[in-house]
Amino acid sequence: MTEAVFHVFRGDAKGGSLQPYKVQVEEGMVVLDAIHRIQAQDAPDLAVRWNCKAAKCGSCSAEVNGKPSLMCKTRLDALPLDQPVVVKPIRSFPVIRDLVTDVQWNYEVNKKIPPFTPKKDAPWRWMQEDIDRVQEFRKCIECFLCQNVCHVIREHGVKSGFAGPRFFVRVASVEMHPMDDLNRTALLKDEMGIGYCNITKCCTEVCPEDIHITDNAIIPLKERVVDDHYDPVRKIFRLLSGKKSS
Amino acid sequence: MARVAEAVASSESRATDRRDAWWLAPVSVAVGLGVLGLYLFWAAAQNGNFRFENYLSPVYSPEVHPSWWPISPAFLILLPPLFFRTTCYYYRKAYYRAFFWDPPACAVGEPHRNYTGEVKFPFILQNMHRFSFYLAAFWLIFLWYDVFEAFRFASGFGVGLGSLVILASTGTLTLYTLSCHSWRHMVGGKLDCFSCTASARSRHGVWQRVTHLNEHHQLFAWISLFAVTAADVYVRLLAMGVIHDVRLL
Ligand code: SF4
Ligand code: SF4
Ligand code: FES
Ligand code: FES
Repeated sequence: MTEAVFHVFRGDAKGGSLQPYKVQVEEGMVVLDAIHRIQAQDAPDLAVRWNCKAAKCGSCSAEVNGKPSLMCKTRLDALPLDQPVVVKPIRSFPVIRDLVTDVQWNYEVNKKIPPFTPKKDAPWRWMQEDIDRVQEFRKCIECFLCQNVCHVIREHGVKSGFAGPRFFVRVASVEMHPMDDLNRTALLKDEMGIGYCNITKCCTEVCPEDIHITDNAIIPLKERVVDDHYDPVRKIFRLLSGKKSS
Repeated sequence: MARVAEAVASSESRATDRRDAWWLAPVSVAVGLGVLGLYLFWAAAQNGNFRFENYLSPVYSPEVHPSWWPISPAFLILLPPLFFRTTCYYYRKAYYRAFFWDPPACAVGEPHRNYTGEVKFPFILQNMHRFSFYLAAFWLIFLWYDVFEAFRFASGFGVGLGSLVILASTGTLTLYTLSCHSWRHMVGGKLDCFSCTASARSRHGVWQRVTHLNEHHQLFAWISLFAVTAADVYVRLLAMGVIHDVRLL
């Protein structure tokens, strides 16, 4: 059995520091196992949020050696254990205690999105190919790793006027639904700030559900926003035909 | 398992805690785009050695010499492809990361300054990408004509190494163009229901094919850039008499 050293953030909203802990490493262990071991043996007051240990509840998001990841999906045999493993809370949200952060802002953003609104008097029937795209988006486990890594939030602190990748995914899941009757392009442009996204794809890189956030949600939504708000040819065509964009 | 007593200094001040070679990708992109960009700029400025018999360098295609244009025609000819590449969703990612450090890599700090993404001028113009697609698609007509010419020798149909180099350049440019995100949107991505009408059903088929190509858009972006550069180098060396064409057929 090898021994690994973990440097775990301990602290709260006022501040804190990394504390070292030694952990015996066994085959198949993930970072969350190590954190539980530290809790059991050295620091019973270490705060960590988790539920499933199966990469499905989205609770155990943290930064392991600087990479935003689910602790329960990060195997120790994938990390260089000859150096200390640094475990910190996700950086874009305020720390409550130790590894637990306050992600409430995300739920507030979510409330701004008009939910699925079915068409009236349309036959309640669709085919698999109509729903394939939406099903990818429905895999989201709301771990908020994409929100955490997005540089618009993380580096530039744009939280008002920007919704973040998780909510572009949510909008895509209703906008592309064959039965949905609303148009949310004005919301995307003005209130959700899709223009702040410079499609640098970090959200896609960290998504534990492998949702192609940028290619399949954000870029198609940007194109829909262009259709309704930026394309001068379509604008002229709309003026001539008397149609409205949204 | 004793807990080590002393606290470890906080690493908050560092730009990142990442230990992997996160800098490798932005540095490679900066070097790749820098070297190829400089070469193509140099080639465009030459205004010579771009044709050898039936071979025309893609940098100078279509071959025009407008009298009102005082410098090398390549700087005019390359405007549509340049518009296409600079507003391309993949290249945007590449240069925002490699040159603007916005961000250089994921979870790595950025030099702090006002960030407005693609909300304000000039980057709001990225929204015009679809118009560059129309131009680029139109440009393919000229480039395929060059391919046709590259197989047509004085003696009739033939295949030289140059024919294949020019075919590779136009072929990869075609793949790059057809895998464009705006095109993917136009052919079917904009539809909410793929099964509702006969035309939507056929557009779904096209959209699926474009989606498969789109998954490799980054690859096509790079190989087409290499292929165009290689085609110019080959034709240029032939025209300068440095090498001789290899006739295969
Ligand atoms: S692609 Fe856009 S939304 Fe995703 S992390 Fe980058 S800037 Fe944020
Ligand atoms: S989109 Fe992916 S990274 Fe973002 S919250 Fe959902 S599962 Fe997590
Ligand atoms: S504990 Fe549920 S995702 Fe990690
Ligand atoms: S050419 Fe790259 S997205 Fe259009």
